[in-house]
Amino acid sequence: MSASRHEGERRPDWAALLVAAFLVVVGGVMLWDSARLADLGGYSGIGPGTIPRVVGVGLLLLAVWTAFAAWRGDFPEREPQQIAPVVWIVAGLAGQMLLLHVAGFSLATAILFAFTARAFGKRNLAVNLAVGIIFAFLVWVVFSQLLMLHLPAGPLERLFFPGA
Amino acid sequence: MGSIDFLMQGLAAASDPMLLLYALIGVTLGTAVGVLPGIGPALTVALLLPVTYRLDPAGSLIMFAGIYYGGMYGGSTTSILLNTPGESASIITALEGNKMARRGRGGPALATAAIGSFVAGLIATLLLAFLAPYVVQLALKMGPRENFALMVLAFVTVSAALGDSALRGLTSLFLGLALACIGIDQLTGQARLSFGVPELLDGVEVTTLAVAMFAIGEALAIAAKGPGPADEVTAVKGSVWMSRSDWARSWKPWLRGTFLGFPIGAMPAGGAEIGTFLSYATEKKLSKHPEEFGNGAIEGVAGPEAANNASAAGTLVPLLTLGLPTSATAAIMLAGFQQFGLQPGPLLFATNPTLVWSLIASLLIANFMLLVLNLPLIGLWVKLLTVPKPWLYAGILLFATLGTIGANPSVFELGMLLAFGVIGYLMRIFGYPIAPIVVGLILGPLAEQQLRRALSISQGDPMTLLQSPIAAVMLTIAALALIVPLVLRLRGRGEVLRQMGGDED
Repeated sequence: MSASRHEGERRPDWAALLVAAFLVVVGGVMLWDSARLADLGGYSGIGPGTIPRVVGVGLLLLAVWTAFAAWRGDFPEREPQQIAPVVWIVAGLAGQMLLLHVAGFSLATAILFAFTARAFGKRNLAVNLAVGIIFAFLVWVVFSQLLMLHLPAGPLERLFFPGA
Repeated sequence: MGSIDFLMQGLAAASDPMLLLYALIGVTLGTAVGVLPGIGPALTVALLLPVTYRLDPAGSLIMFAGIYYGGMYGGSTTSILLNTPGESASIITALEGNKMARRGRGGPALATAAIGSFVAGLIATLLLAFLAPYVVQLALKMGPRENFALMVLAFVTVSAALGDSALRGLTSLFLGLALACIGIDQLTGQARLSFGVPELLDGVEVTTLAVAMFAIGEALAIAAKGPGPADEVTAVKGSVWMSRSDWARSWKPWLRGTFLGFPIGAMPAGGAEIGTFLSYATEKKLSKHPEEFGNGAIEGVAGPEAANNASAAGTLVPLLTLGLPTSATAAIMLAGFQQFGLQPGPLLFATNPTLVWSLIASLLIANFMLLVLNLPLIGLWVKLLTVPKPWLYAGILLFATLGTIGANPSVFELGMLLAFGVIGYLMRIFGYPIAPIVVGLILGPLAEQQLRRALSISQGDPMTLLQSPIAAVMLTIAALALIVPLVLRLRGRGEVLRQMGGDED
């Protein structure tokens, strides 16, 4: 940290300034929400809004500190990030989330499985999906039939376990 | 009754065949998941939490104890054979252990790690058993203000004292505290930060946050690095047994590591890695073969590995006796207790001693099981190491979402999982530590409750916090732990703190 400060040549770190802005938003929302709460402090003098207010102010102070550090380029250097794999995984999670109740656990989770494998370099989505369906279905059998977890069932699960 | 009687009763209770079976399943699953590259004990425990949802509390917690110890064992195997430590506390093990494996001494390295972990686990669990009643007695004398001060101390040590930046540690902590405010206020029943969304009234689940941060955030971060060179698994050649000289060189580091690791784990400072660094430095200084350090010295595996495990058992002292989690792993374990409506702490020792003592006893049993299981099954664990990355991470995300779906199969909960996963990824990019946000979420409501009780008693006078000597001392230590590292960093001593930090477990 201190070494980079002495260089003093690094430009403001715009991404880190965005982090500061995010902290301002979170802190602001906390203050706005706590202002709405009735202060039923009772004997203690601190009501339901007090702690959110303290945390909100703390976040605003941390935002100032972050902005200061970002301005001086105090943040550690970041490695270059590849966007495509991140998008694949996020899409897989979103797909599973949206399809879970329509298609059931195995089919929805197979999408997450296939997309994640794609993000890590397995390019054949059809194979990934097939592996994903088999694996997710086995997991569903073990967890819902043996360990009694409630995992949503879809057409595939009902085909083998009509009662599910 | 003394500790010995309680422990014997616990052993008797834990020897029930069903409970033994749970412990066996726990250690096997824990080792199998812990061995997977990139998975530390925190994630192991979080991923396997759903397995225990439908069991009774005793069986579930005993399985949990097995998972915890198994995850620790598994991690050391990964670092020795693959040189990718799944947690910062295994870095040192990887340092010397992987060198040993490359020189064809992987067998003895695994053996000294396993036996060292056993010795450390045994001694540390016994220390836990003997220490716990005294800490409980002390804790029963503590009122709300002392508890609050203790939690503030834990906040500071987890977030700001170590690691490379107080700013980023504190930011992570405050984000956790902000999340902790979401939901119905415990005292007045008012909805806070829920914006009219009914799902938010229950607050944010600790396991959702932890799984998202550790599993999804980590998977995103690794995927974003792109395909690197494939990790190479070093084959275990020759015998796994240790020679006479290996034993002679290992037993003292085991013991020294244990006694360095346990107190550090037991203090509300968190971070098993400090003990491993101290142990490594000690062994290097005391060794008759200092030239071997850096090239695969067996002392450099034996000591830190023992310190790592002893400190894991040490973490259970504040967790069980005070209800105070000092690491992310402990925070998730606390969440595991809470799913049964159990709040660890001095009262649990009074209200449910059978449960607590069978838990401690099953730690001993799990430790024995791991010793028996680990060395003979090493071939199986090595196979797990060779799972290709795409399938590995696809599987990790499957189990990560399985936990959330099993607890609450709602689109909203999965959406939170996704959102926190992305936040966890961004935090990794910018170098924010993960443990403080998890500890903040679980400890935030407890600290608020204690503070409000303390101030109710004093009719709103905040000076009451400083009028109790214990609370005053703890708050002073907390202030020092916040200020001294800041001063050290300003003076350019940050490097040491950076090395001691990075607590992912």
